[in-house]
Amino acid sequence: MKKVLGIVAAFGIALSASTAYAAMDKVKACFIYVGSIGDFGWSYQHDQGRLAVEEALGDKVETAYLESVPEGADAERAIERFARSGCNIIFTTSFGYMDATNKVAGKFPDVKFEHATGYKREHPNVSTYNSRFHEGRYVQGQIAAKMSSSGVAGYIASFPIPEVVMGINAFTLGAQSVNPDFKLKVVWANTWFDPGKEADAAKALIDQGADIITQHTDSTAPMQVAAERGVKAFGQASDMINFGKETQLTAIIDDWGPYYVERVKAVLEGTWEQVDVWAGMKEGHVVMAPYTNMPDDVKAMAEETQAKITSGEFDPYTGPVKKQDGSDWLAEGEVADAGVLLGMNFYVAGVDDQLPQ
Amino acid sequence: MGMLEAILLTVFTAATPLLIAAMGELVAERSGVLNLGVEGMMIMGAIAGFAFAQMSGNPYIGALGGMAVGALFSLLFAFLALTLVTNQVATGLALTILGLGLSGLWGEAFVGIPGVKLQPVVIPLLSDIPLIGRLFFAQDALFYVSIALVFAVSWFLFKTKAGLTLRSVGDNHHSAHALGINVMRVRYLAVMFGGACAGLAGSHLSLVYTTQWIENMSAGRGWIALALVVFASWRPWRILFGAYLFGAITIMQLHIQALNLGDVEFLPGPIYGILSLLKSIPAQFLSSLPYLATIVVLVLISRNRRLTLINTPAMLGQGFVPDR
Repeated sequence: MKKVLGIVAAFGIALSASTAYAAMDKVKACFIYVGSIGDFGWSYQHDQGRLAVEEALGDKVETAYLESVPEGADAERAIERFARSGCNIIFTTSFGYMDATNKVAGKFPDVKFEHATGYKREHPNVSTYNSRFHEGRYVQGQIAAKMSSSGVAGYIASFPIPEVVMGINAFTLGAQSVNPDFKLKVVWANTWFDPGKEADAAKALIDQGADIITQHTDSTAPMQVAAERGVKAFGQASDMINFGKETQLTAIIDDWGPYYVERVKAVLEGTWEQVDVWAGMKEGHVVMAPYTNMPDDVKAMAEETQAKITSGEFDPYTGPVKKQDGSDWLAEGEVADAGVLLGMNFYVAGVDDQLPQ
Repeated sequence: MGMLEAILLTVFTAATPLLIAAMGELVAERSGVLNLGVEGMMIMGAIAGFAFAQMSGNPYIGALGGMAVGALFSLLFAFLALTLVTNQVATGLALTILGLGLSGLWGEAFVGIPGVKLQPVVIPLLSDIPLIGRLFFAQDALFYVSIALVFAVSWFLFKTKAGLTLRSVGDNHHSAHALGINVMRVRYLAVMFGGACAGLAGSHLSLVYTTQWIENMSAGRGWIALALVVFASWRPWRILFGAYLFGAITIMQLHIQALNLGDVEFLPGPIYGILSLLKSIPAQFLSSLPYLATIVVLVLISRNRRLTLINTPAMLGQGFVPDR
């Protein structure tokens, strides 16, 4: 049997060598994470994507990863180290790796680079990909407005980048679609990951009247605080139900697996091309954790909105929408332009915060 | 009053680990040893505290375990920096890096498990006093320990013979040696005390602050504790003040962000003015205040020669090799 396999393998090699485009027998896919894979949030989900690649492509792929790589000078060294060590495709999975990724990509034209949540593609070997997380945030906003008795939700934000602002706005729009007077308090933690500080932020928000907590930071600490204080919360990036069995309403789960498999396969087959992907519920990149701890009518409403977004019938950013300063942004029925969303640096009306500049 | 109490409670929780870790480092530095490995010992204490609490089901065993592992871990530093006289700065940094890595490895099995919380110890009667009772007499055991530590360390350093011996080793190890003091023994004990405190502070993070284990969860608190010791110019009571100041800054900036000025218009003019002024300061700036404050203090004490001479351990960071 082993021999037969060997012959088949040899034949395979001969075949692939003769094909016109540069298909490969084995590809090395490398991943750089900003947090630790045990954060049970952002980096954990990316690593789940890596494992999906291993499972789908078996021995045709070899993967490697570096975790807790700070954004900045260290990132460039880490990416370059991967590029030199024979990686064929490198996924850099945080916004702050943007310039470093493009810089290294210039030096290694044969290596493919995939940068998550960024917008710079300075070389033909750099792709960017992102998910339409705001679709999930809109659904969460609707649930929050139904479930809150104080009419105030607390939002723990990380850094004032378009990605995060987009989420805050979508949450607000969702909530306002249910309760036009709904208020959202925002606290900037200025970190992606600091359990203590995230917990403190959650406590501060609850102390100031918020009875729904949602976060755009990576640890499970806010969920735990919400559970201790007896308010409800949304999980972020992965299902955090273990930390709040009676607390989590739902969670946005980032499912990177399908995209990672597709892209690594493309390198394997020699069909990789530069892309700028922005996929959401429809493509299965944004998945909602089970709707829990809510009455059936709220659940039905959430499911209906989710179905409408998935089918493409509805877009969370549909007019009429006013900006925070009261000026008109989207007219009745108008859908926001992707370019504007990806560079979003303003709040919509109803956000109770001043956007840090 | 509910709001004020809630804010202060959060401040107390934020300040406690800083205070415990800084008290330990103070003793080590007073004996002339600069151990920059606080962050590493703290994170080892965090995982040890979590692991022991999880395995025994008792958070107090967890806290003791955190202390023990912190002390053991600091022994590694002591052996390298004191016995082998390696560079203390480099060895301390290495200890931090090792601690972060090792704790991640040890903690892999504990990720994603809700932990065992150290419940508050409510002191009867006293805890019924409005505001103060809830703040001072219904806290977790580690809070009481942290306050007791300030009294104990202060008394030990300045009122006991052993404390005098420790300070003399920190000020001039050659003279101390000539007087027959066992410099190595004093320093080993001081470093281990520092390690035990850092470990205990770490277990506060995983047993009280956020009841869970996540890799890297100390998130720089060890460095703040180090900065505190300098900020306090090596005086115990100033560390107490500094820890609460740093804790208050961290918490207040979060509250100020969440505050809607429209909701507090009823407050008297000056208070409203201060709040709106604070609200206009960028959050990033407020987050960096503890470090800025430390730099300012460093500049101030380095200008005042006399103050520096009184408080800074003269042998800080210098290895001791007995000449005979």
